[in-house]
Amino acid sequence: MHLAGYHRALPIVNDTPLAVTPLHDWHLSAGARMAPFAGFEMPIQYESIVAEHQACRHSAALFDVSHMGRLRFEGEGAAHLLDHLLTRRVTDLPVGGVRYALVCNAQAGVLDDVLVSHLETPSGRRFHMLVVNASNRAKIARWIAPHLADFPTVTMSDRTELTAMIAVQGPQAIAVIAALFKSKIERLRRYRAVITEQFGKPVIVSRTGYTGEDGVELIVRAEEARRVWENVLLAGRRDGFRAAGLGARDTLRLEAGMPLYGHELSDQIDPISAGLSFACNLDGRSFVGDEVLREIAVRGAASVRVGLTFDGKRPVREGCAIRDTNGRSIGWVTSGAPSPTLGRPIAMAMVDASAIDSETGQPVAPLEVDNRGTLQPANVVPLPFYRPVPT
Amino acid sequence: MTRDPSRLLYAKSHEWADISEDSEGKVATIGISSFAIEQLTDLVYMDLPTSGKKVQAGEEFGEVESVKAVSPLYSPVSGEIIEVHSDLPENLDGLKDDPYDFGWIIKVRISGVGDIDGLMDHAAYQRQCSEEGG
Repeated sequence: MHLAGYHRALPIVNDTPLAVTPLHDWHLSAGARMAPFAGFEMPIQYESIVAEHQACRHSAALFDVSHMGRLRFEGEGAAHLLDHLLTRRVTDLPVGGVRYALVCNAQAGVLDDVLVSHLETPSGRRFHMLVVNASNRAKIARWIAPHLADFPTVTMSDRTELTAMIAVQGPQAIAVIAALFKSKIERLRRYRAVITEQFGKPVIVSRTGYTGEDGVELIVRAEEARRVWENVLLAGRRDGFRAAGLGARDTLRLEAGMPLYGHELSDQIDPISAGLSFACNLDGRSFVGDEVLREIAVRGAASVRVGLTFDGKRPVREGCAIRDTNGRSIGWVTSGAPSPTLGRPIAMAMVDASAIDSETGQPVAPLEVDNRGTLQPANVVPLPFYRPVPT
Repeated sequence: MTRDPSRLLYAKSHEWADISEDSEGKVATIGISSFAIEQLTDLVYMDLPTSGKKVQAGEEFGEVESVKAVSPLYSPVSGEIIEVHSDLPENLDGLKDDPYDFGWIIKVRISGVGDIDGLMDHAAYQRQCSEEGG
């Protein structure tokens, strides 16, 4: 068999050395399987993807997400600049607020999906932070640069390399780590963020995540990363906290029905077709891509993002064609994996809108997936596949 | 029966072969190494051939899937598949816990004479594993 491309020494891809995060040495010492991801050498798993996934669902898991891009906008007009570039309103985002939004081109193709936060330092300086996908960081910085000319008082700085980002996700996350921070982060509501301190050092705590669980994402100075990471792990040791890699992050976000750029999202798809209408605010706003989005909102999307489950054990993977019972190809799988929580294969797929009854969300005729030559019946289910039990 | 991993032959692609002889010639019992199973982790699915199928050394005869990836299984020898461990796909934990006895996958009646010369002994295979980062 081929053992997939894991390695433990730093490889060179296209003659460009891979970047590393401030936690790279920790990952190696923990025996992580490392692989290239968006120009970084990242941990895919430490021991078992399933064990890391279950730790997140039942206790909490730590993810090094320092590869994600962190762009900081400061100065008069920063909110207006971002408002012009994002599908959601930024001008009314209060200090401490976080929103999920899309960056679109003029054709409403998705350039990235992002979190925008409005933050204030203890000394009273306000700024906006845009967290972008690692694979899109350079593209988004280039996309924004010409717009900065229209907002001469706004500066953009790429904080990615100066900082680290750690996600702590799971039902036990908040209760266990709250004591580590100066302010009462257990009072922070979902999609709210605050700048506080951990052992006297600044940290941005954002009650957001990409796993479907409650939890936080922390941004700290690069030199503080390892201390914060180890403190969180130590605090959660008795509760079963584990480090988790990108493998578990992917199965967790898939169960949570969350899109991943390059899979559910690309510049060839608009946010409405990708099922992200909730993240598009078209009322009385003007932003890049708004005209095309208005047209799509009126005439309806050509495709829909659906959740699929399968009987049996054989995983369905990205790229498999979806067929109706006449053998006609009506879409494709954008992400697929065996679901540790459901114990069966799950997938997200983009399918022709005409194949799905918009009233019921069910297919007008049964669907099958072409899993490398074998046809498997597909059940269409509402997203997300998994929701945490409310606490 | 307890199969001793140090007395097996190994393919570069991490399958083991246990060569025995009966009245009709040589038979290879084939599985995958504990190193490979540890590297794959989280096995969820296995697809196996039916007996009677002919295989060539180095040819794919089935596949095993983990949460993350699909990995083809390659036959270390050429011949005809005479037996398939058909309970194995429903007992992947058994494969993980006991890769050399319970975890056997297929038996092949070897047709090529020099076929097994290209396989490694246990010491050579262990060197390969440590180079791969075991």
